[in-house]
Amino acid sequence: MDFSLVQRVFPFFVEAAWITIEISALSLALGLMVAFLVAAAKMSRSLPLRMFGSAYVSLFRGTPCLIQLFVLYFGGPQIGINLEPFAAGVIGLGLNIGAYMAEAIRGAIMSVDRGQTEAARSIGFSRSQTMRKVVLPQAARLMIRPLGVNAVALVKGSALVSTISVVELTYTAQRYIGSTYKPFEIFGVAAVLYMLIVYVVARIVDLIDRRYAIV
Amino acid sequence: MTAERPMVEVKGARKAYGELQVLKGIDLSVARGQIVAIIGPSGSGKSTLLRSINHLETLNGGEVWLDGVQVNQALRGQAFERHINAVRQQMGMVFQHFNLFPHLTVIENVTMGPIILKGMAKVAARELAVELLSKVGLAEKVDAYPSRLSGGQKQRVAIARALAMQPKVMLFDEATSALDPELVDEVNAVMKQLAAEHMTMLIVTHEMRFAGEVADRVLFMDGGVVVEQGAPSEIFREPKQERTRTFLKKYLAA
Repeated sequence: MDFSLVQRVFPFFVEAAWITIEISALSLALGLMVAFLVAAAKMSRSLPLRMFGSAYVSLFRGTPCLIQLFVLYFGGPQIGINLEPFAAGVIGLGLNIGAYMAEAIRGAIMSVDRGQTEAARSIGFSRSQTMRKVVLPQAARLMIRPLGVNAVALVKGSALVSTISVVELTYTAQRYIGSTYKPFEIFGVAAVLYMLIVYVVARIVDLIDRRYAIV
Repeated sequence: MTAERPMVEVKGARKAYGELQVLKGIDLSVARGQIVAIIGPSGSGKSTLLRSINHLETLNGGEVWLDGVQVNQALRGQAFERHINAVRQQMGMVFQHFNLFPHLTVIENVTMGPIILKGMAKVAARELAVELLSKVGLAEKVDAYPSRLSGGQKQRVAIARALAMQPKVMLFDEATSALDPELVDEVNAVMKQLAAEHMTMLIVTHEMRFAGEVADRVLFMDGGVVVEQGAPSEIFREPKQERTRTFLKKYLAA
């Protein structure tokens, strides 16, 4: 175990970790937006929208995220989409996690008791009032945990963008392997930093969950 | 003659789930201020009938009228949405499982309808809610969340919530079936109070004694049809139909 090496490379890894955090945060934001739209589409009364939602989820959950990133980054230019590695990474991860999060959101909405909708409708609330005032406030609480699980998966999954040359944690680690031949130390440092990020994300999810606990 | 127009009228109501006929042509007329109890075995269609009046179930045939306005009008899309939302505001519905909104306090449960749907000022809505909650004996619970209440208390809040919209009719769908026996009376007492105030009520119930005490008319349903109806004394003491007799015998024996 070469501790002096660990000490020497650590600052560079912390920098790389910030890129991992950045790319995770941005793709999380994109993913959430996509997820709400796709969940709304899947629960819509319009058949074409429902079909679109289902197709989206099947496509992005049914193929490897790595392939999705490759299609976007390497295949994109062929159809006129030229993206920087970072942008391709954010979009690729965001579109992918969006499909998973859409299901988490839909699951939460569907697990609000049907009686709640019936009660609201029987008072005279419209569909959208019922959704906004009665169902979503209850579903929001139920979706915090599953969305948190997805956020954690996203942080770890962001390692994939190293393959399209985004200089984040995993990419940085691989680069140092070439010059040091000390994979145990190098990947060990990367692993510890991933764990730290995941720990912080999990704590944030805990805090949000507690904040919205129903009395 | 408005005075003679029925408050609730159901004509030839039919409802099927696939092959299963749940309502096979039901006629029902409830006058203003009248209280009708609907009894019958499980699966007889009594809950479906009540829910159809509120359009929580869509009939396959027949008509439902509320105070001279057809509930299940042949409108489409948004036009029907607007119509049904307006009609539902005039009907209070009380469910077996209360269905209070757990993320809102008791008073928020009650004021939500008047504030959002009737544009009532918050202060006025609060006043109304406090008055109704006092009436159902829960004035001290206004700021509690539903999870802190007993079943009987929840159901009384649910009744107050329905009353806050100042409905023309109250529909009770087995309002006491999910309650522990010792909590049934407090809910029944509230319903009796409403009866004394001449609220028009349709009550689906399994409690024969309560039906006998409170109802002007009892309707016995079985297999999707109204088998027999009449004053409680007639239905309970001298039922004309064999099916009614069998049901009551089974029920009172159990």
